[in-house]
Amino acid sequence: MEFIGFFAARWETILQLTIEHLVIVLVAMVISIVLGVTVGILICWSRTLARIVLNLTNVMMTIPSLALFSLLIPVLGIGKAPAIVGLVAYTQLPLVRNVYTGITGINPAIIEAAQGMGLTERKILFKIKLPLAFPAMMAGIRTATVMGIGIGAIAAYIGAGGLGVFIFQGISRTNDKMVLIGAVLISLISILTDRALARVQRKFER
Amino acid sequence: MQTRPEGRRDLSNLGKIAGFLAIGVLLTVYVVRSPQDSMVARLVSYRKILELLGQHLYIVGISSALAVLTAVPTGVFLTRPRLKLWAPRVVSLVNIGQTVPSLAIIALSVGLLGIGARTAIIAMWIYSLLPILHNTLVGIHEVDPAIIEAANGMGMQPGHVLMKVEVPLALAMILAGIRTAVTINIGSAILAAFVGGGGLGNLIIAGNNISRIQVLVLGAALPVLMALSTDAVFEMIEQRTKV
Amino acid sequence: MIRFESVSKRYPNEATDAVDQLSLHIRAGEICMLVGPSGCGKTTTMKMVNKLIEPTSGTIHIDGRNIDAVDTIKLRLNIGYIIQEIGLFPHMTVAENIATVPVELGWSKARISARIDELLELVDLDPRLYRQKKPRELSGGQKQRVGVARALAADPRIMLMDEPFGALDPITRAKMQDEFLKIQEKIRKTIVFVTHDIEEAMKMGDRIAVLKAGRMVQLGTPMEILAHPADPFVSELIGGRQALKMMNLIFCDRLMHEVAMVDRTQNADAARRLIAESGASRLILATNGVRERFYVDSQSLTQTQDDLGAAIRPIAGALRMRASAQDALSEMLRTGERFLFVEDDSHQVKGVVDLEDLFKRVSECEHADQA
Repeated sequence: MEFIGFFAARWETILQLTIEHLVIVLVAMVISIVLGVTVGILICWSRTLARIVLNLTNVMMTIPSLALFSLLIPVLGIGKAPAIVGLVAYTQLPLVRNVYTGITGINPAIIEAAQGMGLTERKILFKIKLPLAFPAMMAGIRTATVMGIGIGAIAAYIGAGGLGVFIFQGISRTNDKMVLIGAVLISLISILTDRALARVQRKFER
Repeated sequence: MQTRPEGRRDLSNLGKIAGFLAIGVLLTVYVVRSPQDSMVARLVSYRKILELLGQHLYIVGISSALAVLTAVPTGVFLTRPRLKLWAPRVVSLVNIGQTVPSLAIIALSVGLLGIGARTAIIAMWIYSLLPILHNTLVGIHEVDPAIIEAANGMGMQPGHVLMKVEVPLALAMILAGIRTAVTINIGSAILAAFVGGGGLGNLIIAGNNISRIQVLVLGAALPVLMALSTDAVFEMIEQRTKV
Repeated sequence: MIRFESVSKRYPNEATDAVDQLSLHIRAGEICMLVGPSGCGKTTTMKMVNKLIEPTSGTIHIDGRNIDAVDTIKLRLNIGYIIQEIGLFPHMTVAENIATVPVELGWSKARISARIDELLELVDLDPRLYRQKKPRELSGGQKQRVGVARALAADPRIMLMDEPFGALDPITRAKMQDEFLKIQEKIRKTIVFVTHDIEEAMKMGDRIAVLKAGRMVQLGTPMEILAHPADPFVSELIGGRQALKMMNLIFCDRLMHEVAMVDRTQNADAARRLIAESGASRLILATNGVRERFYVDSQSLTQTQDDLGAAIRPIAGALRMRASAQDALSEMLRTGERFLFVEDDSHQVKGVVDLEDLFKRVSECEHADQA
């Protein structure tokens, strides 16, 4: 079929763009997870701080991604930098919120028992809170990553590269096949990543 | 004046909505009144912006309405004993629809249905089904079984148990799902501009094409403000349905 | 009124019957307690009456009609249903909750409104205060009162109550039990009442059906079960101190015997004569036929020659007629006397209870006809 021929002819580009996409998402996710988990842990100490931060991340997610990227252009220019910043900002909510609810949702009796036994706050954090909150965190990481892949596609519009390029260029050149390849590939990657992370998540869920 | 917490919450929400709308209006007025240059001036006018705004609201409105009209009844049906088994399967299916990025869904829809507002609406409809469906399922599921048993035991018709007890109690949750869906749709509607669907995304495209920051920012800010206002409106509605 | 005929229920994938060949006839106007340990099938049995659970075999008749033939919704609309968790609708006001069944039945607004007020008064909640409240504003006891009112709304002849007071603290529970019994005196419903608490069963039931592993082990009045437990299981369920518990079921109005009067104007000899003639141990003072709160007895009369006045002793306290034998014994122990006066609601002394009366009566109950 024409389609396969088209695909075969461009497989190098396709591969390059795919890798580019995955790299952007990976970098953004690593930063986002480190930041998000840290913030999530920090806000557990103060309810007002938690409320402010959660509201902030909520607002960030309410902002449509394309709009967010566009608004970053005057500040960071175009290309990968604003894309990664936008991705990190965007994926904060699921991460922070899940870490927060994961930790605060732990039965207080358990924490009290640990304190009674003489464990320090740091030990409690690393030995009890984080492990018990891990399933919730995993769920957050899964949601955030899948979101990241999707939004990464949109970032192509501001010059970040990645599979989104196929879609946008395909639209402007009215090239159905380009659009289709871009869309299908992104969809496949999203679904596969979601499934893979779901399996990881299930492993950690008791 | 002593205000109860609910009153204060409403006031803060109303304040937010007023604030967002004010910023939107001010921004628009600013750009229209003092454009960067003649290119911008030609592009941006009150009428043009209102037109795009109207288109945006139109596609958001229709796709959201469609999503509510399909997802809520489906969710309700899936909680009925006969259909309970189908629930996980339907949820997985719709889940896939949401795992796929909005851009991809819109693009795929274009491939199948061509360009235009209708395609965008259908793509957005599919994309926003999951939050509503999921929340409807969870909301009804979480109603205290003792209450449902009491209602059944008293002799309420099954239809009445559903409409007078289960749905009202699940309403806050369902509305939260609709709120998420509408917010998502406002964002996706920006992308609709790329496939000839109209809407405020056109400002972003135009701004990008002629490299004029004002237009770009306007096109980005207006949907943002719309999303934030809608969020606050829903917050107010949700508070009133909480039990 | 309600007749179970060889009713059995086995859940799928279970090896034994939850209810095993139960035959039971519940009479109109009586409170029939279903009591037994967890898993004995009491709740299952009750729920078969309003078809929330369908029997695997056997039939249930209400007023002679097989309930299989009756439309389920109609059946339930005419049976009041109260559960332990109460299940008030949190999004409706108290008034709307109570109005639920009348609305389903299509009553007029005016009739419903009047009924709501009537019921709230019946359960001792001021309609003006409570009509518009939401369930979350109510205490546990208040919630269950509303639950009772809601169940009574359409004036059903049958009520099903599944551990209705189980979620309340002991003090509130006792109060609710007392109040419910008072209400039942007025409305005389046929009630199937499930409980795991034998004390509650003894207190509330006209008859008690003891269930174990799906079978009815004994059926009888509280006294019958106390006096003649059918098997060791029932004995153990009752627990110890049967005689004391029986005393809770015997009341002063039946225990007491009449006490004769002596007029103040009479002298001590006349009093001694009256005592000898009537065979009574004591006499109540009266003036012109009106009883006073003073008495004389053989002992006090020895303190005086002729003057009645010197032998008079005051009646310090008296029990009401509806006090129980247990109350009487407790009071006797407290005062150190082996007798007690009994008065009616207008504080007229009506009779006296002796320690011997107590012994005799309890013994009678113990040896009553084997039921």
